[in-house]
Amino acid sequence: MQFMLLFSRQGKLRLQKWYVPLSDKEKKKITRELVQTVLARKPKMCSFLEWRDLKIVYKRYASLYFCCAIEDQDNELITLEIIHRYVELLDKYFGSVCELDIIFNFEKAYFILDEFVLGGEAQETSKKNVLKAIEQADLLFETTTLHYCTKFKSNK
Amino acid sequence: MPAPIRLRELIRTIRTARTQAEEREMIQKECAAIRSSFREEDNTYRCRNVAKLLYMHMLGYPAHFGQLECLKLIASQKFTDKRIGYLGAMLLLDERQDVHLLMTNCIKNDLNHSTQYVQGLALCTLGCMGSSEMCRDLAGEVEKLLKTSNSYLRKKAALCAVHVIRKVPELMEMFLPATKNLLSEKNHGVLHTSVVLLTEMCERSPDMLAHFRKLVPQLVRILKNLIMSGYSPEHDVSGISDPFLQVRILRLLRILGKSDDDSSEAMNDILAQVATNTETSKNVGNAILYETVLTIMDIKSESGLRVLAINILGRFLLNNDKNIRYVALTSLLKTVQTDHNAVQRHRSTIVDCLKDLDVSIKRRAMELSFALVNGNNIRGMMKELLYFLDSCDPEFKADCASGVFLAAEKYAPSKRWHIDTIMRVLTTAGSYVRDDSVPNLIQLITNSVEMHAYTVQRLYKALLDDISQQPLVQVASWCIGEYGDLLVSGQCEEEEPIQVTEDEVLDVLEGLLVSNLSTPVTRGYALTAIMKLSTRFSSVNRIKKVVSIYGSSIDVELQQRAVEYNALFKKYDHMRPALLERMPIMEKTATNGPTEIVQTNGETEPSVVEAKHPPPVTQPANQANDLLDLLGGNDVVPVIQTTMPTKPASAGGELLDLLGDLSLSGIPPMTAYSKNGLKIDFTFERANPNPNIAVITIHASNSTEADMTDFVFQAAVPKTFQLQLLSPSSNVVPALNQGTVTQVIRVLNLQKQQLRMRIKLTYTHKGSPVQDLAEVNNFPPQSWHAHPSLGLIG
Repeated sequence: MQFMLLFSRQGKLRLQKWYVPLSDKEKKKITRELVQTVLARKPKMCSFLEWRDLKIVYKRYASLYFCCAIEDQDNELITLEIIHRYVELLDKYFGSVCELDIIFNFEKAYFILDEFVLGGEAQETSKKNVLKAIEQADLLFETTTLHYCTKFKSNK
Repeated sequence: MPAPIRLRELIRTIRTARTQAEEREMIQKECAAIRSSFREEDNTYRCRNVAKLLYMHMLGYPAHFGQLECLKLIASQKFTDKRIGYLGAMLLLDERQDVHLLMTNCIKNDLNHSTQYVQGLALCTLGCMGSSEMCRDLAGEVEKLLKTSNSYLRKKAALCAVHVIRKVPELMEMFLPATKNLLSEKNHGVLHTSVVLLTEMCERSPDMLAHFRKLVPQLVRILKNLIMSGYSPEHDVSGISDPFLQVRILRLLRILGKSDDDSSEAMNDILAQVATNTETSKNVGNAILYETVLTIMDIKSESGLRVLAINILGRFLLNNDKNIRYVALTSLLKTVQTDHNAVQRHRSTIVDCLKDLDVSIKRRAMELSFALVNGNNIRGMMKELLYFLDSCDPEFKADCASGVFLAAEKYAPSKRWHIDTIMRVLTTAGSYVRDDSVPNLIQLITNSVEMHAYTVQRLYKALLDDISQQPLVQVASWCIGEYGDLLVSGQCEEEEPIQVTEDEVLDVLEGLLVSNLSTPVTRGYALTAIMKLSTRFSSVNRIKKVVSIYGSSIDVELQQRAVEYNALFKKYDHMRPALLERMPIMEKTATNGPTEIVQTNGETEPSVVEAKHPPPVTQPANQANDLLDLLGGNDVVPVIQTTMPTKPASAGGELLDLLGDLSLSGIPPMTAYSKNGLKIDFTFERANPNPNIAVITIHASNSTEADMTDFVFQAAVPKTFQLQLLSPSSNVVPALNQGTVTQVIRVLNLQKQQLRMRIKLTYTHKGSPVQDLAEVNNFPPQSWHAHPSLGLIG
């Protein structure tokens, strides 16, 4: 995956994760164009489109569009599953997630994504394990400095 | 200073803004507060402030002043600080800014932290945006973590390694030892990321690929276990066990099995098993099948397996889910050349996809349809494709029209059918037809001798209906000009001949000249057509009148044509019949082989390869033939070729050269050079079989009392010409005009330009070498006069 964007039906960006180095200006341009293109798609159209030299996989969940850019050799159908898995994770974490959750807790949305995807590839295929990791990381309270957290030192 | 407001509160506040301006004001106020807080080096609230900054950054506001603060957060001992700090680094920093290098040390420390979640943050950040320098510095740490027994870290290290390798490919070797036991892991996360790592390494290095081929049996076993094992709640997705891992393994198998018989054989069974046993009711099953099909097609699989794969794609085409249909069409497009017959079986389904609502599906279906057209199905396919052409979006029309022309040319069952098909395209999509189709079509029509009457009649009728589509109008004008006599004499055999008078025809053509819909090019066609009718119709006076009117046209091209046609009437009337006579059948130039459909990624047209004429054979010495180079180059004589190109680059070129039919022996010889007793005369002929080449024979004579020995004649022409110099009769020009040296020059003049030549003469006279350069500009106009007015094509 080269990048993932989450945006609303009005085109407001809710999350942007880039796995390729691009300048801020380029990111803004890409975001603007892609959002426009995806929002212009009719409901009957398929979830894939070609854009520049990338394949774009997108799916709408309620008021949010989840949009991934993948490379030529990547499997579009499994990317749809990746998107779906991410939505499931958010749903489990927030309990019936809605757009507002992601707006007000955007940093958590990023943390969850970062436990699921690393460098553009899925790092963990078990839903349970991703959620467990997030849960445990969340437990490292703000006031607790880390040299007290030896009980979280891992074993397999 | 009051405590900075909390993140959620800020978000709430900003969302209450009713206008963009109001929002901007709030943001600016908050940014100012944050800036002062940063300046105060406030450790307690730094995390909160950066988080707010990240929110504002997402709204599109600048946040670069927070970059250093992120670094400070990363260096903090608190986990929450680090978490936000690393997030900020990933969002605000990128490898272009030097500042990111300051992270390296922090990341290094955190990679060795006692808490795995901190290590995880470091690995994640490095794997997401690490620059090459950072990767170089930290690769060792990553490699260490790749060997840890902690699966939480191991899986992250694997993907981090992938990133390192992408950034610094030379470091790949370093990770090789650590990969040894990766596949013996039970943990699916580690397995998945290990397969990704192995894939990356195999894709980048043929050595790695060879090395890892031995893993095929192990991969096959893992895949088998996934399929055969019972329900595993942890990895189940709609009844399928860990589809993500299955897909990645299939992809790695594809790479390992490609061009390797043994590996391909080892995976045959498992591929067949996956292909037949995977549940297809949900997307996830189809995702696996899709990957399986791709793998089967890429490796050296046995034919039964390949047919199975194509049939899976065929079933996909019937799936209700348009995503599946799309993916099927894309894959079929990739395989249509290699497994043509298998794909043919699904032709009717593919053709149905032309009616799909989705633009991407339609495009793929169109490309695939053209790839499937052959001599057997041409009639049926063409019907569907023409129907598609009628109803499709404008963005498709040009490509579809070109595709139809190509297919028709290759497989037309009869000339009549061919002409009808062309007519259909011109009338329905005439404005979208590519410009170069016009000369191609004209050539086609010319060569279908028995269809001339039918063609011109149909074109004429089409013109009566609609003169807005320029390519149609151009082809029609040309045909009427050429075959107008057949039109008025009502000779059509194929259908009921229409009754039309000469005046009616001329009315139509004149109508084109005055219509606002006609482009200048079209007007040129129309005028030329009218002119040609002067030898075919009897109403010459009317034609003369029209032609003379346009002698003062504002359009320079039209004006020139009209003036020259006038001249033709007045001064060269004896030449007119010959000049305007019927075009001969043109030799067909080689077309390219089967239609190449190039798999495109963007929404661009498929590169439907059109009938290209072979490029003119350029002689290497042509560079030296540049007039300016003559001084420098010694050897200006071009390579003598035994075969000249039989056809010039554009069909237009040869059609333009009507003069080719004339014998030019009527052109008087000329003296090209006369100095110091050396006289060089040029005489002219036309070459057969190629009328575009002028054959000039030089005759060198010497009026001095001493021989000129070692006589070398060299010539150079402007770049738009091509020159061939044959061997001279001798290199001694005898004294006192006792004999001449002759040499033949063949000049190809594609662009009908005035011929100019620079010549260089070297010889020895009375013991001393003589060298001279001269320009020859006095070529008689009849030989090379640019005659666009007789250009019948554009």
